[in-house]
Parts: sequence; structure tokens; C-alpha cells
Amino acid sequence: MDIPGISNSYFLRAAVNEKRLANGEKELDAAEFLKLAREKMKALEMDSAFLSRPVNEGFSGGEKKRNEILQMDMLEPKLGLLDETDSGLDIDALKTVSEGVNLLRSPERAFVLVTHYQRLLSYIQPDFVHVLMDGKIVKSGDKSLALELESKGYDWIREAAAK
Amino acid sequence: MKKTPDDFISQDYQYGFVTKIDADALPKGLSEDVVRAISAKKNEPAWMLEWRLKAFQTWKRMEEPHWQNVKYPKIDYQDIIYYSAPKNAKDGPKSLDEVDPELLETYKKLGIPLEEQSRLAGVAVDAVFDSVSVATTFKDTLKKAGVIFCSFSEAVKEHPDLIKQYLGSVVPVSDNFFAALNAAVFSDGSFVYIPKGVRCPMELSTYFRINAAETGQFERTLIVAEEGSHVSYLEGCTAPMRDRNQLHAAVVELVAHKNAQIKYSTVQNWYTGGREGKGGIYNFVTKRGKCAGENSKISWTQVETGSAITWKYPSCILQGDNSVGEFYSVALTNHHQQADTGTKMIHIGKNTKSTIISKGISARYGKNTYRGLVKILPKAEGARNYTQCDSLLIGHECAANTFPYIEVENNSAQVEHEATTSKISEDQLFYCQARGIGAENAVSMIVNGFCKEVFKELPMEFAVEAAKLLNVSLEGSVG
Repeated sequence: MDIPGISNSYFLRAAVNEKRLANGEKELDAAEFLKLAREKMKALEMDSAFLSRPVNEGFSGGEKKRNEILQMDMLEPKLGLLDETDSGLDIDALKTVSEGVNLLRSPERAFVLVTHYQRLLSYIQPDFVHVLMDGKIVKSGDKSLALELESKGYDWIREAAAK
Repeated sequence: MKKTPDDFISQDYQYGFVTKIDADALPKGLSEDVVRAISAKKNEPAWMLEWRLKAFQTWKRMEEPHWQNVKYPKIDYQDIIYYSAPKNAKDGPKSLDEVDPELLETYKKLGIPLEEQSRLAGVAVDAVFDSVSVATTFKDTLKKAGVIFCSFSEAVKEHPDLIKQYLGSVVPVSDNFFAALNAAVFSDGSFVYIPKGVRCPMELSTYFRINAAETGQFERTLIVAEEGSHVSYLEGCTAPMRDRNQLHAAVVELVAHKNAQIKYSTVQNWYTGGREGKGGIYNFVTKRGKCAGENSKISWTQVETGSAITWKYPSCILQGDNSVGEFYSVALTNHHQQADTGTKMIHIGKNTKSTIISKGISARYGKNTYRGLVKILPKAEGARNYTQCDSLLIGHECAANTFPYIEVENNSAQVEHEATTSKISEDQLFYCQARGIGAENAVSMIVNGFCKEVFKELPMEFAVEAAKLLNVSLEGSVG
């Protein structure tokens, strides 16, 4: 999804300020916003040229994902749901995204990662792993469950659930 | 309640007030006597009257064109008042103190800085109120620079040689039906002359306003930029709310000599005819610039949010070698508005270049047509054109059309045309809303982003106004 003609910084500031207004906080002016954005981008090792580019226009798959991590960082959600955020990423991009998530990870913020592969989980260590089937959690465990799934596939869970 | 882009449209027209001023008007109808009467009221010299009468004869032989992609009921040319002026204007106001306070009040409502304070805004205003130019500010500053900026009537008296030389030199009387009509009955307008090598010290601006009911406004603008000079000219338009249609048939002529540059910006906010499409302005205008000398440049920028019907093609004749023509346009049609607009770039000289960026936005029942001609003549060696036409649709009932005409008669020419049509998608809205941005903000953000390439061509203050105007015109559409 791209929005031609609207820079990332304009878009992000609008989003951040709507959230701040809803929380009864003061809006950020352009200077305050830029300062905050640059700090966050530095931590995420993102080029600040990103801010002046139109939202997602001409972005590569990896850049779009990185942009989403930045948006998440700026909006500071209590809960982040990352749906197949690893699809279509090359190894380098996967690493960046994971580092971003790890950076944002804190006791005050929960993440739900949805993925089909164990690969993402070598970069992000999960506290819990749940297997979702037909809209229900059919199996739960810690990160070792993900490794088990990687070697054995999903069939054994399907069979166990059928019993 | 869930808002959709379709709901996102328009608040009431805020300039729809009527100023009560005694007007000195001619009776309805058009005849040779009316043409003579207009000329007499303006104390014009004989040559001017001759010119008008010739134009009137030409007009009588012409037929109203109907090839444009807009629909309107037949215009009865005998049912229009061709001249109306505020009564006290007979001798012309000598200073702002002599101007009717109610007129000044009108301009205040429109937000035009007519008083000397406007110097802070750096804008010299030649305000045209119905048919007579009311007050021209900053004459002195401009005079020092050698710039002539005055009403057309004044120019006819004070600078007859210049007028004789250039009047009709870009848009001949017989050019088209409405140009001929204008030539016969034009009542006033603006004249700008920038002498050799002068960079005009401020932005020049004319604010047009149609006040008297059932009055056509027929003004002419003529801008001449001598060798190496620069000028930026702004034009803004509003009209009161009436449920009868009014006709606006203006003519604008620009002449740029060697190395001269003219930038002509329009923000048009005529009354649109409201939600039901009743009344509103028919805006049938001929605008054309001639890049007469080498390396000259003419740039048109327009933001059209008004008029019931807009029909115009600000064009460039690129005669001088290496001359440059540009056209940047945003046209918004909302409710029952119709627009058939675009440009013509006629490449005559060698290595001439033209750029066309057109952005059409249609909402509700709006109908938006881009029509453009790029013509490369046999001698235009190395000519180049780049055209980009983008259309944005909001809702399900609106329409966008693009009719590009390209005629190339020289093999070395490079002509590019790109066109896109898009809708403000539910996906885009969702993307914004998922990040906490409200639907109204999101739509205005997307529309502004869409128009950005054009807005950045406008002078600073105008760009802000244009963005605001667009937001106002779209307000309430996500309901």
C-alpha cells in the first residue's frame, strides 16, 4: 500500500499526533517530531533519508517491512501483532526486522508473531509458541516446540488433535 | 459509523454573499448598439471601438462550439447583461479612500489584502469588481521598477501603442466563438508590461469577482514581458451564489520575448452550482501564451475547484528556439460540476520543451475531462514533451476522461505520455486508519499527496490557500 506525494515524516507525524490527541497529550511540532524520529531511526540503523520519501512508494519489500517497524516504534503500541512479517524477506532484511523487534521488546510490550517457519525464531527468541489450527490453539510450548515442528512437520499435531 | 470515501464531500460555498451596490448596467442583450455603448461608457478611442465592432461582426458569423465533453442548456446571448459597473465608478476612484466601503468589505470577506497593509504580503492587487477595476495598489513601487500594472481601460488610454501592438496578437479575434464575443464586449481586465531586463519586484495579482446577477464577466488580461524580464502573476476568482447560470468568457494573452519568463498561476473558486447543480458559473476561457523569443519560458499553473462548467486550455506557442512551456493543473469536480480542461503545446522553434502535469479529481457526480494537444511542427528540430495525466476518483458516480492529441511532424522529436487513473481505495484508507489517522484526514492527505507535483509550482502563499481550498471542497465527504 503506497500513498504517493505524502512523505513518510508527514504521514508518521499525523499518525503520532492523532494518537497523542486521543491520549490527551500535546501534539508534537515538526522539530520535536523530527528529533524523536531521528533518534528512533538511529537505533534501528535506518537512513534518515527514509523520512522524506513518499509512503511506501517504490519501496522494496525489505524497505516496506523496515518502514513498518519504524511506524510501530513511533506509535509505541502496547501490543504488536506481526502477521507473517518474514514473508518475502531476504536474509539481511529478516535480520533487520528481527533486530527491530528485539529492540522494541520490553516487559511493557507484548508481541504476537505469526509465521509458518522457524527461521524468524532463530532471530527472535519467543517466550511462548502456540500452534493455531481451525481457529483454535491446539498445542502450546516454549521455543523448543518450534524446533520440534521444524524437524517433524505439523502432521503429528493434526493427528493428536483429531484424537 | 464507518466512513467511506464517497461520503467525503463539500461544505457550503462560503463566498456566496451578494454585495448591494447601485450598479450602472446596460439592459440585457447584445447588438452593435450595445458594443458602441460599452465603448462609449469607457470613453474609448475610435480605434478601440473599431476593433470591437469588427470582433462583433466576426462573432455574429460564428457558431457556438459543442465538441467539448460537457452538457449545459442552450445559452441565450440576448438574455445576458454585458456591462455592469458600481455606480460611483464613473470617474474612477483616485485612491482607496474613494472606494465604496461596501466594496472594500466584500474584498475583506474574500480575504484580499487591498489596503496598503497588503504590502506586507508582497502582493499588488488589481481588483476587478464586475466590469470596472476598482483599485490598483502598489503603483508607486512598480512604477519605480518601470513595470506597468493597470486596468485594461487605463492601458487603452495611457499606453495605446502597446495595446495596439499586442492586443489580439496571441488570441486573434476570430480564434473561437467565446474569444470573439469577449473581444466585442470585454469591459475591463488587467494589463502588465515588464520592461527589458526587469525582474518584477513583487507578485502581481488580480482578483476577479462576479457580483451583479445575470451579468457576464468578460475581462481581458494582457501580459508582455520584454527581453530578459521576469514576472509572476496570480489570479484568484470567486462569485456569489445565484441559482441562474452566469457566463464568464475571459481572454488571457501572454507574450514572452527573448530570455523572458512569465509564470501565471490561477486559483479558481467560482460558485459551482451547489449540491443539486443549480446555477453556478460557466467558465469558458481562452488563455494562451506566446514564447516569442529564444530561451523564453511560460508556465501555467491552475487549481480549479470552482465553476459549474470549466472549459479552458491554457496553452503555449513555443516559437522561439529553446523556449519552454509548462502546464501544471489540478481540477476538482464535485457534485454536478463538469470540467473539460487541459492545454495545447505548439512546438515551432528548435529544441523547444514542454511539460504537462495534469491532475483531475472527480467526486460525487463530477465529470472531469483532460484534453490536450501536443503539436510538433516540421521545423521544431529536437523538440521534447513530457505529459503526465493522472485522474483520481472518489466514489462510484463520478467520471474521468483523458483525450490526449499528439501530432508530430518532425522525426527528431521526443514525446512522452503517461496516464493513470486511480481510486482512493478502501485499502489506502484502511492503511491510514490502522495507524490511527481518521478517515477525513486520510482522504485529504491522499488527495493532497496526489496534487503535490502541482502545488509545489504555486507561489508559497497560494500553495497553502490551494491546499486549504481543496480540503474545504472535499469536507464532509466521509460522513
